[in-house]
Amino acid sequence: MSTPTRYRVIALYKQLSYLGREYPAGADYFHKKLKGAFMKNKDLTDPSEIQKRIDLGDYVCKEIEAMYHINKYRAMKKRYYEDAEVENIQAKLENTNWAQGSSSSATQSSPRQ
Amino acid sequence: MSNLRILVATKRVVDYAVKIRVNAAGSAVETANVKHSMNPFDEIGTEQAIQIKEALAKSKTGTAEVVVVSCGPAKAQETLRTALAMGADRAIHVDSEEDLQPLAVAKLLKAVVEKEKPDMVILGKQAIDDDSNQTGQMLAGLLNWPQATFASKVELGDKSMTVTREVDGGVETIKTPLPAILTTDLRLNVPRYASLPNIMKAKKKPLAKFAAADLGVDIKPRLQTLKIAEPPKRQGGKLVESVDDLVDKLKNEAKVL
Repeated sequence: MSTPTRYRVIALYKQLSYLGREYPAGADYFHKKLKGAFMKNKDLTDPSEIQKRIDLGDYVCKEIEAMYHINKYRAMKKRYYEDAEVENIQAKLENTNWAQGSSSSATQSSPRQ
Repeated sequence: MSNLRILVATKRVVDYAVKIRVNAAGSAVETANVKHSMNPFDEIGTEQAIQIKEALAKSKTGTAEVVVVSCGPAKAQETLRTALAMGADRAIHVDSEEDLQPLAVAKLLKAVVEKEKPDMVILGKQAIDDDSNQTGQMLAGLLNWPQATFASKVELGDKSMTVTREVDGGVETIKTPLPAILTTDLRLNVPRYASLPNIMKAKKKPLAKFAAADLGVDIKPRLQTLKIAEPPKRQGGKLVESVDDLVDKLKNEAKVL
């Protein structure tokens, strides 16, 4: 492997290692997988093959960043923003005839009969 | 050619994914040995400032300097380093070991604003640890500046900004002159993740430290926490046999009908 490529591979490994610290399934699990994946490809010599692996590594970096962002966004949305769907269902429940006629419901027949 | 200085206020809070616990004394949330990170709304604020800077550079219509500030103990510098790694130019740490409530932070930020003279101050709408949603508004009041809160879109004009705000029941678009205060809403942007090379570069960026006491501001807390308790444990669900049974339970036990 030429020196610039070697540098890129090492930089990719460091970046993935840094991203993996917050991995939901555990930093240790991620590190094992990461090391395994890099060790499996350590004897490659064809530059185009190496480049394909580096591109895959960059893609995985972007995927992990996107996953972290989506997790955070969803958590924030759930905590701070009223779910419009829940509100609609609540309003519908309150507007049914068996909810509104509650004082005389003892004499009303159920919908099935 | 406009040369903007944007001040971004950030706060180091317990990480959003941590399951918080009340401490043994029942006086506060347990924060020792717990993962901390930058408040998510402040990340959005930092990202917005950097995007403004990049847009100005790209269109060659001006330059912007992004200054991040954080008020708190020594560890607040970790948050500042994160912001520098995202692309901020320099950082200010207002050092204080005291419990800083929103009014105190607003007063400290006012002192920083008077020193730095920014064209806009960006804050997160609220911190996820105390959920006060006050600091931006109080700062605007103390400085007598206009404020655009819960921003989901910002466009800069000539000495003005047009902001789309998220309000109950919809959105509202307002235009304010600069200087002004902006607080960020979740939908404003997607914060970037700092790459390792940028984190290394951030170590060389300037970080100035001021002691809160030196700024000549009264930071005594005005609010006292009387009690903290975990919410009541969720009751188990019940199975119902028929529609009549469900209606009966909703009316008599849950009392929602």
